[in-house]
Amino acid sequence: MSNCSCIPFKGTKEQQKKLEAAIEKYKDQSGALMPVMQAAQDIYGYLPIEVQKMIASGLNVPLEQVYGISTFYAQFSLSPKGKYAISVCLGTACYVKGSGKIFERLKTVLGIDDGGCTPDGKFSLESCRCIGACGLAPVLTVNEEVYGRLTEDDVDKIIEKYKALD
Amino acid sequence: MADVNIKFNGIPYSVPEGITIIEAARLVGVNIPTLCYLKDINEIGACRICVVEVVGQRNLVASCVYPVSDGMEIITNSERVFNSRKHNLQLILSTHDNRCLACVQNGHCELQKICRDFGVDDVNMFDGEINHYEIDDSAEHMYRDNNKCILCRRCVAACEKVQGVSVIGPNERGFNTHIGCAFDQPLGDVACVGCGQCIVVCPTGAISEKDHTKRVWDAIQDPTKHVIVQTAPAIRATIGEMFDYPIGTNVEGKMVSALRRLGFDKIFDTNFGADATIMEEANEFIERLQNGGTLPMITSCSPGWVKFCEHNYPEMIPNLSSCKSPMQMLGAIIKTWYAEQNNIDPKDIFVVGVMPCTAKKFEIGRPDQSASGYPDVDAVLTTRELGHMISRAGIDFRNLPDEDFDNPLGESSGAGTIFGATGGVMEAALRTAAERITGKQASEVDFMEVRGTEGIKEATYNIGGVELNVCVCSGLANARKVLDAVKNGEKKYHFIEVMACPGGCINGGGQPVQPSAVRNFVDLKSLRAMALYSEDMRKSIRKSHENPAIQKLYTTYLGSPGSSKAHRILHTSYVERDKF
Ligand code: SF4
Ligand code: SF4
Ligand code: SF4
Ligand code: FES
Ligand code: FES
Repeated sequence: MSNCSCIPFKGTKEQQKKLEAAIEKYKDQSGALMPVMQAAQDIYGYLPIEVQKMIASGLNVPLEQVYGISTFYAQFSLSPKGKYAISVCLGTACYVKGSGKIFERLKTVLGIDDGGCTPDGKFSLESCRCIGACGLAPVLTVNEEVYGRLTEDDVDKIIEKYKALD
Repeated sequence: MADVNIKFNGIPYSVPEGITIIEAARLVGVNIPTLCYLKDINEIGACRICVVEVVGQRNLVASCVYPVSDGMEIITNSERVFNSRKHNLQLILSTHDNRCLACVQNGHCELQKICRDFGVDDVNMFDGEINHYEIDDSAEHMYRDNNKCILCRRCVAACEKVQGVSVIGPNERGFNTHIGCAFDQPLGDVACVGCGQCIVVCPTGAISEKDHTKRVWDAIQDPTKHVIVQTAPAIRATIGEMFDYPIGTNVEGKMVSALRRLGFDKIFDTNFGADATIMEEANEFIERLQNGGTLPMITSCSPGWVKFCEHNYPEMIPNLSSCKSPMQMLGAIIKTWYAEQNNIDPKDIFVVGVMPCTAKKFEIGRPDQSASGYPDVDAVLTTRELGHMISRAGIDFRNLPDEDFDNPLGESSGAGTIFGATGGVMEAALRTAAERITGKQASEVDFMEVRGTEGIKEATYNIGGVELNVCVCSGLANARKVLDAVKNGEKKYHFIEVMACPGGCINGGGQPVQPSAVRNFVDLKSLRAMALYSEDMRKSIRKSHENPAIQKLYTTYLGSPGSSKAHRILHTSYVERDKF
C-alpha cells in the first residue's frame, strides 16, 4: 500500500480537537474503533501514522489493529489527496476501452501507486468505479475536471498542463 | 457436565457435552489435522484443514469450532473429507514458496506433514500469480519470511492474546493480505519484545530465530578462543524433546556430555548465574524494603519482560531490579573473575548461552552489559539450535554417558534450578531473603503458593514479623493486568516476579516446537516444570547463598552482595522506549 510518509503531516490543533472529541464520544462503547476511524478520515482526509497513533492511544488499542483495518477497508486512505487529485475510471466501459493502461501510465509517470500521493503533495492518484460518463470512455478526472476519450499520450499532456500550473 | 452420545466413523462413544468435535476426537483417539487452530487463543475456523462430515449436514464442518451434540454421527476418514483437505492444501501451496529443502522447518513443518499425509504430490496444481515478499530480518532475534506464511494467524493470536503485545497482524486484504506491523514497519522498529512466542506456534517456516550457530561453530574452530558454554536452567528439561524423549525428561548429564563433544572448552551452568542473581536480588529487595526504596520491586531476569516494561510501562523502570539476568551475570563473572583466576585475557573468551529464549539474542547487545569491557555473552543458541548442532555433529545423544558440569561455575543450588519455571525466581529469592531478614536458618524451603502454571499467583508471607505481599505472573498479557492493578492502586505488592513467556522459561520462545497436535492437548508447561522441581528436591543444597562456589565468589572477589564491585559487574540499567 502506498503510504506517503514522505509528505510531512500538517495536522492542525482544531483537527486534533475534533478527533479527541470523537474519541471521547465513542471511547466507552464497544466497537468504538470503526466510527472513530471514520471520523478521523473525515477530519483529516486520510489516516497517516500520526493520526493512527492518536487513535490507538486514545482508545487504548494496538496501532497494528488500527493499521490493519485502515488497509482492509477501501473507505480509508493512507495518503493525503494531492493538490490535483486524479481519479481514473476502471469501470467496465472504460476498462474495455483501455483505462487500465492509462492508469498504469499514470503510475509510471507520477511514480506512485493506487492511493498514493507525490512527495511534493501536488498529485494524488486513485482508481474509481463508473462515474456515469461511459460515453466518453476511457475517462479520468482531475479534481472536478473530466477528461474523456483518452489515449495513453494524452496522459502526459494532462500531467504537463497541471505541472505548469503551480 | 452431562455426556452426549456420538459416533465417530460408525463407532459409538460418550463424550462430555459442549466440547468441539476435535476435542471429542482427541478423547476417543481420532486425530484430526489442524493448521490454524490453537486451543483457547486461535479458534477462527479459517484454514478448513480440520473439516469432517457430520451426517445430515450438507457441507463439511470445521471440527475445531463445531460443538458436538447428542446423536451426532461424525465421519473423519471418508474420500470426501480427504479430497476436501487435499484441495485446501493445494490452494495453500499455490501461493507458497515450497522449497522445503532450504527451509528451516524442513522435517518439522506441520504443513509439510499434512501434505504428506494427504498425498499432495501435485504442488503446482493451482499455480498462478504469487506475491513475493522481502524477508524482514530487522529484529535482533528473528526474521519473517512471508513467502512461507499460510495466514493461519497463530502468531498474531500469540502476540496479542498471550503476550498483549500486538505488534503483528493481518495487513491489507484479499490476495495482498500478509502478516506485518503497523505501516509495514520492520519488526525491529516496533515494540516487539523478542519473546518468540509467535515462533513456537507457527506451523511453517515463515518465522524463525536468527541463527547463531555459525558464530558458535566458528568460535569453536578458532584456536585463539577459549569457548565457554552455559546452559539455562530450563534447557535440561526440554532438549530431550529434540531427541524423542518424553516431554519433561531431565537429560542434564547427556546434555553436558554432548556439549563437551561439540568441543566447548568449559561447560558451566547458568544455574550458578541464577544463584548469583538471587544473592544480589535478595539483597536489593531487603535494602529497598528497609530503606524506603521503590516498591514493588520487579524481577529483571526475563529480557522480553524488561523490553516490554521499557516500551509500555516506562514509568515503572525504577521498580525493575537493577540485577542483570542470570546469563549475563554468569557471562560477566566468566570474563572477570574466572578470566583473572585463569590468566586469560577476556578478549579471548567467547561465551555462548544456550537459552530457552529468543529475547536473549537481543539482550546480549544491550548497553551496559559488558563488565569486562567486552560483551558479557557473545552468542545465544536456542534449545532448537543446540539440538541441530548436536545432530549435525553426528552425536548419538541417546547413547551418551551422563557427565557433570565443569567447576567452579557449574555448581548450583536447587534454587537456581527452579528459575526455569514461573514462580521459581520468587521462591529462590524468598529462600535467601527469609534467612537474611530473620538472621536464622529456615527449615522450610518450599513456598508452594508461588508454584504452578497459572498465569497470576499471589501470596502473603510473614517473614520475621514483616508481612510480604508477593505476586508471580507469566505471559505478558498477565503482566499487563498485574501492572495496571498496581498502577491504579488496586493491588499493593512488595515483590513481583514477571516472566515474559507463559509458564516461564520452560515454555520459552526458543524451546523445541511442538506441533499443535501436541500443544493443543498436552500441558507442556506442567510437564516440563516438573522436571525442574524434582531436580530441586533431589539437590542437597537448595538455597543460593549456601552454594559453596557462590560463597567463594563473594569472599575472594566481590565482597558482599550489593558491594560497589558487585554493582559494577552484576547490575545494569534500562532505557525508555517508544510505546509503538
Ligand atoms: S514451510 Fe514447510 S512446506 Fe513450506 S517450504 Fe518450509 S518445510 Fe516446506
Ligand atoms: S517475538 Fe513476541 S512480541 Fe515479537 S512479534 Fe513475536 S510474539 Fe510478538
Ligand atoms: S507466520 Fe506462521 S503462524 Fe503466522 S500466520 Fe504465517 S504461517 Fe501462521
Ligand atoms: S465505466 Fe468509466 S465512466 Fe462508466
Ligand atoms: S479451520 Fe480448523 S484448524 Fe483451521
